[in-house]
Amino acid sequence: MSADTMTDTAQTGNLQRKLHAISNTLLMSLGPVAAAFVLSGVILLILDVNPFSYYGYVFGRGLLSPTGVQATLTRMGPLLLIAASLIVAFRAGIWNLGGDAQFLVGAVFCAAFTPLMAPHVPVWIGLLAGAAISAIFGALWTLVPAFLRAYQGLNEIITTLMMNFLGISLASVLVKLVFLDPNTTVPQTRTLAVEDRLPTLFGTTISSGLIIGLVAILAVHFMMTKTAFGLRLRVVGGNASAAVHAGLAVPLLTVAVFAISGALAGLSGGVAILGQYGNVRADWNPGYSLAVVPLVFLARFNGFAAIGFVGLFSIMSIGAESAARRTGVPNYFTLVTIGILLVMLAISEYYGAKRQKAGA
Amino acid sequence: MLDAHPSSPSTTPSTEAPPIVTFEGVTKRYPGIIANDSIDMEFRAGEVHVLLGENGAGKSTLVSMLSGLQQPDDGRILIDGVEKPISSPAEALDIGISTVFQHSMLVPSLTLVENATLGRKWWQRPDRSGTAKAMQDAAKRIGVTLDPMAVTGDLSLGERQQAEITRALMRGARFLILDEATAMLTPNDAARLGELMRRLAAEGMAVVFITHKLNEAVAYGDRISVLRLGKKVGGLSPEDLKSLDAQEATNQVVRLMFGTRDTTASADQKPDMSTVDRGAKPSLEVLALYADAARVPLSNLEFKVWPGEILGIAGIDGNGQKQLAAALAGQAPISDGRIVLDGAYIDRLSIGQRRAKGLRYVTDDRLGEGTVGGFPMSINLLLKEIGRMPYWRGGLEQPEAIRENARQKVKDFDIRTPSIDTPVGKLSGGNIQKVLLARELSGSARVVIFEKPTYGLDLANISATQMRIRETAQNGAAVILISTELDELLSLSHRIAVMDQGGIAGIVENTEDARHKIGELMSGVEK
Amino acid sequence: MTLFTDTFLIALIAGMAASGVPLLLAGLGEQLSEKAGVLNVGIEGMMLGGAYLGFYIAWATESVGLGFVGGVAGGILVAALMALFCVRMGLNQIVIGIALTLGAEGATALLHHVQFSRLYPRLPDVATWRIPVLADIPIVGPALFDREPVVYLAVALVPFLVYVYRRTHLGLALQAAGDKPAALDSAGQNVLIIRSFAVLGCGALVGLGGAFMSIVGAGVFVPFMSHGNGFIGIVLAMLARGRPLWVLLGAALFGACLSAATALQVAGVDIPTDVVQMLPFLAVMAVLLIAGRNAKLPAALGAAYVRGER
Repeated sequence: MSADTMTDTAQTGNLQRKLHAISNTLLMSLGPVAAAFVLSGVILLILDVNPFSYYGYVFGRGLLSPTGVQATLTRMGPLLLIAASLIVAFRAGIWNLGGDAQFLVGAVFCAAFTPLMAPHVPVWIGLLAGAAISAIFGALWTLVPAFLRAYQGLNEIITTLMMNFLGISLASVLVKLVFLDPNTTVPQTRTLAVEDRLPTLFGTTISSGLIIGLVAILAVHFMMTKTAFGLRLRVVGGNASAAVHAGLAVPLLTVAVFAISGALAGLSGGVAILGQYGNVRADWNPGYSLAVVPLVFLARFNGFAAIGFVGLFSIMSIGAESAARRTGVPNYFTLVTIGILLVMLAISEYYGAKRQKAGA
Repeated sequence: MLDAHPSSPSTTPSTEAPPIVTFEGVTKRYPGIIANDSIDMEFRAGEVHVLLGENGAGKSTLVSMLSGLQQPDDGRILIDGVEKPISSPAEALDIGISTVFQHSMLVPSLTLVENATLGRKWWQRPDRSGTAKAMQDAAKRIGVTLDPMAVTGDLSLGERQQAEITRALMRGARFLILDEATAMLTPNDAARLGELMRRLAAEGMAVVFITHKLNEAVAYGDRISVLRLGKKVGGLSPEDLKSLDAQEATNQVVRLMFGTRDTTASADQKPDMSTVDRGAKPSLEVLALYADAARVPLSNLEFKVWPGEILGIAGIDGNGQKQLAAALAGQAPISDGRIVLDGAYIDRLSIGQRRAKGLRYVTDDRLGEGTVGGFPMSINLLLKEIGRMPYWRGGLEQPEAIRENARQKVKDFDIRTPSIDTPVGKLSGGNIQKVLLARELSGSARVVIFEKPTYGLDLANISATQMRIRETAQNGAAVILISTELDELLSLSHRIAVMDQGGIAGIVENTEDARHKIGELMSGVEK
Repeated sequence: MTLFTDTFLIALIAGMAASGVPLLLAGLGEQLSEKAGVLNVGIEGMMLGGAYLGFYIAWATESVGLGFVGGVAGGILVAALMALFCVRMGLNQIVIGIALTLGAEGATALLHHVQFSRLYPRLPDVATWRIPVLADIPIVGPALFDREPVVYLAVALVPFLVYVYRRTHLGLALQAAGDKPAALDSAGQNVLIIRSFAVLGCGALVGLGGAFMSIVGAGVFVPFMSHGNGFIGIVLAMLARGRPLWVLLGAALFGACLSAATALQVAGVDIPTDVVQMLPFLAVMAVLLIAGRNAKLPAALGAAYVRGER
């Protein structure tokens, strides 16, 4: 067969193959989810809890009740920003495991300065400045790991983990010693007035942080798949030696990845403050980043799939709080479900790869 | 092979010896292909049995079944005449089968002694000094010198292979498999390995030597079996090899391997001198170039290449050829000296700027740095053009332009691929090389560096690649051809420079006595 | 100097031992696993498994010794999953590691909730072994040589592991499994068994560390009580580059900083815990910045071994 006819047949089969690929991806993503729910249900049975009523409470609260779904959608905002931050890094082959510190550092500086600024400027300027502050400080917190990785070749897993511990401690030190609100006895920062916060959507309580999160993750997905810059980052992640050989400025690109990833994580902290909390209390650490890492893996670094998994996780974490009260199963159970889900995902990849090999 | 005059085996093979391993109708299937199709074969003590075949002929599968890595789907394996499966590498070692693979199987961070003790019982204490002595004794027996306390990572590939063979002897091996053992070796080391093979066979060992080089097969083999497309298509018995002279034997093997095609033509072809214009300004000038590379620093390199000329770079592997290519392409920093391309200094320019000026580099590390294996072939074709018009506009991908480019390249360079979206890592080695050639030779190339361009390819792809190299020069580009295959350099280059320890030992015109001169320069006679 | 009083120093050194032992065991475990080529991000989960099962058995049998055995078993239990998924099936080590950490966090918290949420039992103090003569040294003696036996055991593991790595075939096999698994395989030894052994050994060490936290340190099991100790263990192992003695030094440094806040409070100085807890990380980052060199890791770290694939 000549090369010519080969490409021709490839073209006609393109659409069909694409459809096949999409259905395959759906199966590969949803299969593990279904399996994980079944296995978690078995554990619930062992705990003498009816799994149907448990999940009934979870989804009833997290998805079907009006207040619950609003809480779910509000929580999705910061989580989506974290997911965007991780997708940029992981696709470029950078294991940024310091997202929690970048989130907190961004949140603390945002909470420190925005309430001081808000009374003197229009609301939108205050919000923009607050968001910018959080992004900048989130990015700054990746600076040391970025340079160590880019110019010394030092493994970023160690350095981002260490900066994570450092950042979490630093955040609470700052709240307790530096940015303390003098008017309260509780150690916390000044509080941003409700009217100076991000607007809510359509008369609900849903924070517009959701929109910011959606825009961010879609923009990141577009950037990574459709632009030259995103392709350069993926080349660095796919094969760093090939990137050098092709003349890409690998150290600069590496620093850029860290900066973007840190900025998005910091912005996530800013959005949480500007949209929901208004201040940072001492020792506050919601641990979003570590929770989102598995979700991003589940989504195979795909932005659209990540939205789905972040949504599912938000429903489960909001719903589990209510289910805990009704059934006596503490919301730690969500962690077990996520753990099982990840294992199921890895197993499905294992069999997927095996099947692919057999078909080759 | 420095002097590639195949000589007949020096010892008389003992056909009387019983076979150690016998294959009867052995078949191995992989999804979609039959790697070995009912192979019958005998491996006898005191014989060098050569397995010859092109890439994909099924040699590696056969070796992995002999060494216990794979199990046959059909057929029987007899050990000393008794049916017995070789179910694991440990079992192969028990039988006395040792394998020396093309890629060293020694742990780089351990010393030779420690490597030699690998595989003994966990709880035992390694007896370092005792093992070292045993190792030295074994090495002495086969005429090899080595330092048992040396850390493996510091040794050359040739030294590592000698250590591996020594280790096999220490383990009481009576059946030694050398899998493409000469592929990574310098001509001198390869010749030394050939002599070693003969000595081992003379000691009564069964040696299985896998290669795709005809001259080595005829020079060292007592018996030759030829594989093609998974089948044993014939071979030469010891009697045949004794009765035929080297040329006749080679011709017969070639007929078996390729049907009727004769390969001697390409080896005798001489470069076309008419394309070179030494009256013109040189395309590339390298002036007193120094570079601090960790292992082989470059020192005082000085040469010129004219338009249309092919300058061959010969030398034992690891004498600075890779560093030279990287320094010219801009991938490695230089410490002193200048590089001039078409009259302009380029040594301060980045990789991308040098490429824009017409400098191209076809790397030998095709999957390691040449391509991103998981990316589609169409993207790999543009890996060095990311962001450029017309494939990207305003930073945005233009899928149709990218696809069109790929379709064109598939046609022009005869790239065999299921689709232009196929990940490049799934293509065969020859087609990956075509992707690289298509990428580097498009546009206006002024100077092209080919680094070991035919390494690991089968004969059809070797001749296609060599044709591209000639064409490149005929189109007026200056070519630097780095190769460890002397025959290839002699058939393609106008001049040949010999590199030794990061410097240039000498540059010779490709005339009748070039082979001899290069040999002297490589062995350090003319210093 | 009023700060360096005897009480302060004793509190500091004793606290260093108390918070250093789990770190030491976590670091040694991770080191063992990494040496054989398995990047174990799941040790936080193994630690919790050890902490929970150790506490439960110590409480149920009223025997500290059996409690530690239970801790080892708890760690091995979680590690067995890691060995199954990552070594036998060759799944992604980072994904499974995070899954095991999350799963163990949830599972132990859940079990604790189901069993102890109304009881909140507390274990009695663990008896100490007084080493004659050494324990009479002022300050250092009572802080280091009048300790629970498991502390001595943890420290004794350091020379033991040095011996194993340097002087036994097992040590060579572990290094080969991490550096060039194919070489080990072709030498006739089973890579998957060696690696599984390393992962299970890691689970045993880390589980013991977890049991130390719940049985000796706190006397209770608290959900999420490992509190990043496993991650610090990963950091220690990567910095120590295969040398157990360095893990000991690192664990002592981190342990001292973690206990310094309490010691300072004993001495009457009020510095926020967070500031002191930042010190070891700051120190390490500073060292990395100044002497930033490639942290050398085994070549095949993180890659599954499949025979025949190179």
